[in-house]
Parts: sequence; C-alpha cells; structure tokens
Amino acid sequence: MALLIRNVHALDPSEGLDDTLDILIDEGCITALGRGIKAPASCEKLDASGLVALPGLIDMHTHLREPGHEYKETIASGARSAAAGGFTAVACMANTMPVNDTASITRYILEKAKGACVHVLPVAALTMGLQGTALTEMGDLREAGAVAFSDDGVSIADTQVMRLALEYARSFELPVLCHCEDRALAAGGVMHEGAVSAVLGLKAIPPGAEELFVQRDIALAEWVGHSVHIQHVSTAGSVRIIRDAKARGVRVTAETAPHYFTLTDEAVRSFDTNTKMNPPLRSAADVAAIKKGLADGTIDVIASDHAPHSSLEKDVEFDNAAFGIIGLETALPLTLALVRDGVLTMTQAIEKFTRNPAAVLGLEHARLKAGSAADVTIIDPALLWTLERSALESLSSNTPFLGQTFTGRAVYTIVGGTVVYRHQA
Amino acid sequence: MELSHKDLLGIEDLSAQEITLILDTAVSMKEVSAREIKKVPTLRGKTIISLFYEPSTRTRTSFEIAGKRLSADVINISASSSSVVKGETLEDTGRNLQAMNPDLLIVRHSCAGAPKLLADALPTPVINAGDGAHEHPTQALLDAFTMRERLETLQGLRVLIVGDILHSRVARSNIFLLGKMGASVRVCGPATMMPCGVEQLGVEFVPRLVDAVRDVDVIMMLRIQKERQQSGRFPNEREYARFFGLNRAVLRHARDDVLIMHPGPVNRGVEISPELMGLPYSIILDQVTSGVAVRMALMYLFTGK
Amino acid sequence: MEQIIIMDAQDIDRTLKRMAHEIWERNRGGDNFHLIGIRRRGVSIANRLARKLHEFEGVSIPVGALDINLYRDDLSEVASQPVIKKTEIPFPVTGTKILLCDDVLFTGRTIRAALAAIIDMGRPQVIRLLALLDRGHRELPIQPNYVGKVVATSRDESVEVMLEEDDGIDQVIITRGEINGAES
Repeated sequence: MALLIRNVHALDPSEGLDDTLDILIDEGCITALGRGIKAPASCEKLDASGLVALPGLIDMHTHLREPGHEYKETIASGARSAAAGGFTAVACMANTMPVNDTASITRYILEKAKGACVHVLPVAALTMGLQGTALTEMGDLREAGAVAFSDDGVSIADTQVMRLALEYARSFELPVLCHCEDRALAAGGVMHEGAVSAVLGLKAIPPGAEELFVQRDIALAEWVGHSVHIQHVSTAGSVRIIRDAKARGVRVTAETAPHYFTLTDEAVRSFDTNTKMNPPLRSAADVAAIKKGLADGTIDVIASDHAPHSSLEKDVEFDNAAFGIIGLETALPLTLALVRDGVLTMTQAIEKFTRNPAAVLGLEHARLKAGSAADVTIIDPALLWTLERSALESLSSNTPFLGQTFTGRAVYTIVGGTVVYRHQA
Repeated sequence: MELSHKDLLGIEDLSAQEITLILDTAVSMKEVSAREIKKVPTLRGKTIISLFYEPSTRTRTSFEIAGKRLSADVINISASSSSVVKGETLEDTGRNLQAMNPDLLIVRHSCAGAPKLLADALPTPVINAGDGAHEHPTQALLDAFTMRERLETLQGLRVLIVGDILHSRVARSNIFLLGKMGASVRVCGPATMMPCGVEQLGVEFVPRLVDAVRDVDVIMMLRIQKERQQSGRFPNEREYARFFGLNRAVLRHARDDVLIMHPGPVNRGVEISPELMGLPYSIILDQVTSGVAVRMALMYLFTGK
Repeated sequence: MEQIIIMDAQDIDRTLKRMAHEIWERNRGGDNFHLIGIRRRGVSIANRLARKLHEFEGVSIPVGALDINLYRDDLSEVASQPVIKKTEIPFPVTGTKILLCDDVLFTGRTIRAALAAIIDMGRPQVIRLLALLDRGHRELPIQPNYVGKVVATSRDESVEVMLEEDDGIDQVIITRGEINGAES
C-alpha cells in the first residue's frame, strides 16, 4: 500500500531541500515530492503538519549483543529501539559472543537482520577474538557483508599489530574504526580522573589514556597512508589532536556520543551505575570542547554507542558494574537540544547522522528525492515527552536519562517504504 | 536535634552541627566505658548487624564493644568480597538480612558506594565502616574527638596528613571533617600517591616531610596499605621510610607540643619509627579508646530511625 | 493557653531553706550523705541545697550529676534521640548514702531510670529521694522522702520549674490547655 505524507517540512541538506510539501512513497521508494500530490487509489495518508521529514538517520556505533547476550538485546529488539530513536540503519560492533571475526558470524547477523525493522550493517573485528594479535580475514569478512572493521571495546595494544591491521585494511580499502584506550594508563579506572574522582576515591581513567592512543592511531594512519575513524571522542585533548591532524591534511574522521556533550563527571557522585561507561563522563571543560568540535566540524559524526546491559551487570557496586548505557532512543532528542542551544545548525545535526557516517562507511545514505529508497525519519521537534522505562523498545533500560523530559523526537520511522515505528503519546 | 539522614554514609553528608552533636554525645559515652559495669540499657533488645566484606579486627571489635556496652545484640558477618562474584549480590544479602529485622547495619566493603547501595535499598539505617577509598566516617569522627579532647577545639587547628592520600578513605573523611569544622589541612606524600588536583580537596600540598611538619598541631600518619594500593607507586618501604617516615630527626622540625596520630595498625619502622611509639605526644591509643565512645554515640543516634 | 505562676523566687528559696534544715534534722545532724542531682535542674537544686547546708551547718556535701537518658524506657517513642550530657559523680557509689534530687516528681519513670543507673555504678547503702515539686499521677510505686510542695494537677497540665542557673529566672509555672505527658 502506498503512503502519502502530507504537508511535512522536508529537510535534506544534501539535496538542498528545505520546503513544506507532500511525499509519496510506493513499492519501497519515494515516487514523488511536491505540493498537493494526489493520493493514488489505496493509500495510507499521514498528516504531517508541524512535523519535519529527514533522510533516514544512521547510527554507526551500536552494540546489538546477538549472538551470545540475547538477554540484554537482540538484533530484532535493537532494531526496534533504533526505529524508536528515528534511525533507519545501524552499524553493530563485533564484540558479540562469539566475536564477529569470521564470515560465518557476519552471515549469521545478516540472516537475523532480515527480520529486523531497520538496516543492520555488521562491523567485523580487526583481530581474532579481539585479542589484538592475529588479523582477521578482512577480505572474506568484507565479502560476507561486513561494512567496516573495529576492535571496539578494546584497543590493539601492540603497535606493530595496529600498523599491520591498517596496512592490510588499506589494501582492501576498508574503513577502520578505532577505540582509543591505553589500557595500562586506564589502569582499572571506572570514572574520569579529576576533581570528582579525588573526592569519591574511585579508581580513575586519565584523559591521557584516550589521547595517547588517538595520537598513536592518527600517526600510524598518516604513516601507513590509510584513513582512520576515531570512535567515542570524549576529551578536549582528543578534539585538539584531531583538529590539528585534519589541518595537516591527515585522513581522519571522528565521532562522539550524546552523553559526552550532555553529562559531566559530576553525575557520578550519585554512584548511579548508569553513569559508568568507557570512555567515562568527563569534566565540564571537556564537554565544552566536544561541543566546539562538533560545531567546527572536527567531530564529524554523532553515534550513540548503544550498549545494553541487564540488572545483573548494573545493579551492583559501581566498581563491579559493566561499562555502558543504551542510547538509540535518546541520541536524536539530545542532539536536537544542541540545535536549540545554538551549538549546531539543523543542517549540521542532520549531516552528523546521515552524510558523514555514510561517508566513513563508504555507503550511500538515504535521500529525500524521487527514485530513492524510502528511508525517512519524521520528527516532531516540539513534542514534549518523558523517557519511561515501560516505553523503551530496547530490552535493557540502563540509561541515566530515565524519567527525564525531552523536547523533540522521531514520531514516524520509515524503512524501505514501511512505517516501522509510530510514536504513541 | 534531628539528624538529617537515616544513614551515616560519609562525612560529606554531615553538617558541622551534626558533627558537634556526635562528638558531644561521645563524651557521655566515654564515661560509661570508664565505669566498673560498662553497660547501660539504652539499646536493649536492638539488633545490630555488622557486615564486613573486608577483613578487619580492630574496627569490627570496636563496633562490637560499642554495641554491647549499650546492651544491643551485635552480630558479626564476615563475607569475602569474592562472594559477590560467586554468589549473592550485595543487595540480595541486604534484603535477606532485612527480613530478620535489624535495627542498624554496619557495612564495610572494598567498593566505594556499596553502603549507599544498601542504604538506598533498605529501610534500616546503615553506618559506613569504610567503602573502598571513599570514606571512613567513624574513623574521622573518632580522630576529631581525640583531637578535641586534647586541644579543646578543632577551629583553627592545623593538621598534617602524611601518606597514600590517593587510596585512603581515612584521609578523605578527615579532610572533609576538618574542613567543615574550621581546621586547615596540609598533605604530604609521594607525588604518585596524591589525587590528581589534590588542592581541589581544599588542602595544601607540601612535597617534603621536613617542611610539612613545621608549625602543625597534629601529624596524622597513614598506613602503607599493601592490600589496597597499586603496586609500583613507590620503589620500596626503605625509600618510603627514609623520606616519608616519621622519626626523631624529622620531629626536630616540628613544634615541641605536636601530637602524633595514626589510624592503625602501625607498620613500625615504615610510617613511624619504633622510638616514637610510646612517647606522650603519640595519642594513637587514645584514638582507640575514643573509637568505642564515638561508635557508641553513633549507635545511639542512628539506631532504629 | 493559661499560665499560672505558683512559686516565685522567694517561694523557691524559702522552700529550699526549709528542706535543707529538714535534711539535716532527719540525718541526726550527720554529714555522711551525698547528693546526686538528675540533669538538668535536679543538679541545680542539689547544688543549691549543698550551698545552704554549707551556709547553715558549715559542712561540704559532695554533689554528683546524673544524666538518665541512657536508662529511659521510652526511647523508641520519642521522635529524636534526646541530647545526652555527661554523668559526673565524683565519689564512689558503693556503701554511700545517696540523696537523689529532682525538680518535679510526676510518673516516677525518671526516678526508676535514675535508680537503675546508680545501682549499675555500685551498691549504695541507701538511696533517698528529694523533689522540689510532687505533682502526683504516679505510674510506678515510687514516693519521695523529702518534698518541697505538693501540687494537685490534671494530666494535661504541664508543670515547669525554672531556675536562675538554667533558665535565667526562678519560678514555677503551671500551663493549662496544652497536652503534655512527659515530665519536664
């Protein structure tokens, strides 16, 4: 059945589109855009007055936990969570159980993804078992459908192995996504090293643990002649290093997660384990630098780093709790807050979820134009809503934003022409 | 006077008035310990459970004696930290104990925030007997009581704390308490054992011990905690004793009437040289006596809220 | 709320003088007893009696101060724990004749707690009780040996003894129309 979206404010910077019009979707594609489109015979009509249509958003950093930890999230539930957050595509990291380091696991994920309501793009491991010693069969994994490579969760500590991984990936022109963390410097820390950790007496992770490996991976990339994408940037120092590298012409891109521009280490004072993640929440100065980095383009992408954990992992002592929070359903609202605060323009915000992540992954992104696949995100930028545990689509609820009221969210998510998510008030 | 929280999780939560109330109450409790029959019926029929996830003899014994002097029934449970990994979660243990209707829980744990987890989950008042490197409020209170007994007031006092501040809950609680009561704190120790940005705690950092001991009223030596610290933060005990240990030579730079304190147990020859141990300005044993009185006061004030 | 002053400074002083003489007479002129005042105002009364005995008879009777809060039987019922002051008894209790002093004798529970406290400290030869005011309504079988004034009150009235040392003025006030179950 066709779908006619009436009277929506359509925004697509890559098409130069910023106009209120109708969008007709049929057989999985956008067939027409314009004013006063006549609805065909059997057609669902959506009155989208006051709403904004965007090209389908991409979250290039999620953890879907399948295979192995289906009690925390499955590909199907993670996809529903993504759709509720307004995403039409997600890239899922390789630290599943077993690790996605062979083609059979990638094919398993893609098979499961067939039943998922959004596009699922598997990211495969750089090294076998994420152990940081033996390279994976990157060519084979790419052929099986892996879109990029990352040992996310850990860094490759051995510099020689990282060099070889970059050289090998370069020869296949494969995107490499880097989790930058010097484990030795992080030294068992559970929060940011600063004034708050001095008071709480918790073991702390210095900014240098991230910055030194950001430096290293950029230097290796420059030397080897391949591009790198720095994941979950959290410190002012990292932003500065990336900015300087870009100015020199190094091929580096970067992403940050919404919690790094929203919360500081002050949130940890409550010992709420939903404030524990890696990299940790940093100081106010770092948050300011992240916002500046987003505004001036140093940070290209916003990605949720959606990391579901159950009560078993989170309802324990802070030291013993697992790192990570979910984020698919709050990423867009938190970003819209940046737009309202004047940190980002709407165009910039859209690009950080569409053109830029697609460019890193070497993929086409959704477009609002006739003939394109109908991956559309429709948001209500003014809608006031509260994040309730019961309304979460994710199987897990480990977020520090429970009970918080937001302005703006996705209200309809359309993937391949099908409305996969409708927001119930 | 009403206490503002049902639990004692840390000095950070106490006001200066509450600290004074606790110390004043401890004065009366100390008198009970000096009697022939060291028992009053105040907490008769109350059940106090001591849940220690870290080994401890002196703190646990101090709490036990305190409870018994108030006629309470004190039960000690020693759980190894690994039982958290192998078996019951802390919260489940707490709920199981709650089902037996205790009037007070005393908790020591190697994880900062663990007593808070229990305090938030259970209606029973919880006293923190030490959580990781975060706080050890009863120690700071008994240290303050001891200082106040000798020096009459904490206001304007100058206190030096020496040692592994980074990993010390005793240091943190003392720093918070002394700050609230108008004393000033100086810290000294190897740079590798100072929290990053230590001045943000409101203290003065002096790198050399011979300089740090000048003009202070109290020197508080911390224990080198082999079980809690990171290895490799200082070369060895010999080096530590030479540059950060208290001995007669160092004391020549301090005032004649300076008082020496230590939370115990003392590593003789490392933090304090043996020659100093029995001398009058060492009030280390007074701290132990104060400990029972202060803990009695806390049990009186917090039980059964 | 109605307040009546039933004793002023002169009344209190006269009564204390009379009681001091009575104590001396009934002890056959001997000074072999010690005073223990129940905090707070019982201590002031004990101190005043000791001063008068010194003035009239030239003797120095030792005075101790007793805080009975640790022995109360109603701690679970009070909203917040009462503030405790130090018990200071500068003489051995065992073998001693003790005169326990309090300002108002009401239900008798304070005295019970005081007896338990003193007996925990030793084995006195004898304990006698002195109260400035007896307002009746006993809940335990306790009677004073020395009374300043007997006042008939109803349960819902409150009787307050105010002393210069503690309250800046000497007077005894009865307040009606206020619910007050506890002893002052």
